[in-house]
Amino acid sequence: MWTWITDHSAVLALIKAIVWILPIFIIMPGTIWMERRLLGFFQDRVGPNRVGPFGMLQPIADGAKLFFKEEIVPSGIDKVTYVLAPWLMLIPPLTIGAVIPFAAPVGVYETLTPVADINVGVLYIMAMSSIGAYGLVLAGYSGNNKYSLMGGLRACAQLISYELSMGMAIGCVALMAGSLNVSQIVQWQHGSFWEIPNVWVHNWTIFSPMGFVAFIVFLICMVAESNRTPFDLPEAENELIAGYHTEYSSMKFASFYMGEYLGMLVFGTVLASLFLGGYDFLPIDWKMMALHNSGISSFALFMDRVTVDFGPVFLILKAVGVVLLYIWVRATLPRLRYDQLMNLGWKTLLPVITANLVLIAAWAVVHTVYGAWAAWIMVFVVYAIAVVVLSLNKRKQGDKPDPFESRKVTLVSGMTAEPQASEPEMAEVTAN
Amino acid sequence: MAPEMPNLIAFSVLAALAVLAALGVILSQSAIRSALCLVGNFLILAVLYFTLQSQILGILQVVVYTGAIMVLFLFVIMLLATGGEKSLFEKRDPKRFAAAITGIVLAVIIGVLVYLPMASIKSPAQVPLPPGSQVQAQYGTAEALGAQLFTQYGYPFEAASLLLMVGIVGSIMLAKRKVR
Repeated sequence: MWTWITDHSAVLALIKAIVWILPIFIIMPGTIWMERRLLGFFQDRVGPNRVGPFGMLQPIADGAKLFFKEEIVPSGIDKVTYVLAPWLMLIPPLTIGAVIPFAAPVGVYETLTPVADINVGVLYIMAMSSIGAYGLVLAGYSGNNKYSLMGGLRACAQLISYELSMGMAIGCVALMAGSLNVSQIVQWQHGSFWEIPNVWVHNWTIFSPMGFVAFIVFLICMVAESNRTPFDLPEAENELIAGYHTEYSSMKFASFYMGEYLGMLVFGTVLASLFLGGYDFLPIDWKMMALHNSGISSFALFMDRVTVDFGPVFLILKAVGVVLLYIWVRATLPRLRYDQLMNLGWKTLLPVITANLVLIAAWAVVHTVYGAWAAWIMVFVVYAIAVVVLSLNKRKQGDKPDPFESRKVTLVSGMTAEPQASEPEMAEVTAN
Repeated sequence: MAPEMPNLIAFSVLAALAVLAALGVILSQSAIRSALCLVGNFLILAVLYFTLQSQILGILQVVVYTGAIMVLFLFVIMLLATGGEKSLFEKRDPKRFAAAITGIVLAVIIGVLVYLPMASIKSPAQVPLPPGSQVQAQYGTAEALGAQLFTQYGYPFEAASLLLMVGIVGSIMLAKRKVR
């Protein structure tokens, strides 16, 4: 039967898609539970603990509640966009996972993953995350009120601003790995550390300094793309009620809710594949260790077997670790104001990641022409210069303003009021 | 079933959907629905590019056109919608009949010009190429496009980026102009 399935590529494609989508859908309520418990822990309170052991059935209870809620549809809306927007929020994160390999192409995994091994995989990820922006924009518009419209416009502006830096960060990885194919990027990361031959550490992107800068920038852009705090101005509860999903209730709201967590999980897998070595357990080359140290060779071969066979588990663990990071950042950092958000995206991240991309290109050229030592020395010299220049710049801007400079307020009747100047006058009045 | 029939069926379904989406762009009464039909048209066009082995062109169609340009179109349309849904509807125009006739004539002319040379071609091997050119094995991939773009067409590439920068600077100047 397996050969029949592999012969009929349509059936195989369907099975591959189900094998990818079903675990993600099953883990997503787990991330919702994790978020609520962890946020409670960070905020010095107990999270939900009534519904099951440690509140583990809370997401299921939430889903049941949302299913049975009355669907309130506002009048005067554009029905097509109103119905379309939740789907556009739910489907693109799932389709991003089509190019992510969740295990090494060995044995049965070779036919099962990735769903589509396309040579422009990295651009496909960018394309699907761009389509994810449509859900927010249309949801904000179709609510027919100015608050959700503002939420939608803010979301749109934020998403297109951070897509640029995200694309450049992905471009950095593609430039280092030499391919746009995600499977090949993951396999490049399983090579030797910094491409020095015969080192028993894997070459994860995050280990090289350029890759680390790209990782930081991609992490910030990923949080911005998922509309999570500190970038959740589009759904700012204090200002915009619920932003772009104000007018949605019941299952459509559940679609937005689920879509956000699905996006977090899938972007976690993307981060893991591009920067953390994908389905690798530890960045250690077990086969090389087995070859060189015969004492622990059986243990090393066993670990190699575990790494290859349980690849999907490790990818999901890394994705869940990224979701933990998302929740941690949400609990810690305050929300960015809109102009701070745009300044960060355009004035800080984009120059940094462009300079990083140019540096990677320079590294590649110097590596080919002059050799590895010259290339890495050049990289470290450039980073040292950048750190020195930036720290000097910060010290110049760091002069604190005079605290009592402008505290005078002109009252309506023409008097001026000063801090701590009216107290003696009040004492005189009461004494009299 | 003839060996090229499944391809033909898939192509005709996609092409029919693309034509319906294009008709939706011009016939729709709401600007948002026109924009959404255009998005659908672009997505189907990207799929058609993939069937023609132009992977990089298809995926760039989605990333650039659908993902960036149409989002900005929707942005502008939503900003203009402050007058409510009615302000984006247009009234019935008597010139539509003349426009339809002209459109049909144009479609017939273009169809005949495009179809006649290709009527006898049944497979990609029979396409007549200009003398001296050869189709690479890597046709349409990112590597082929990148190799050409950075070596032979380096000057047009840089000139195009300069053109885009001039456009950006010009739009910032226009936006910063104080409105009386």
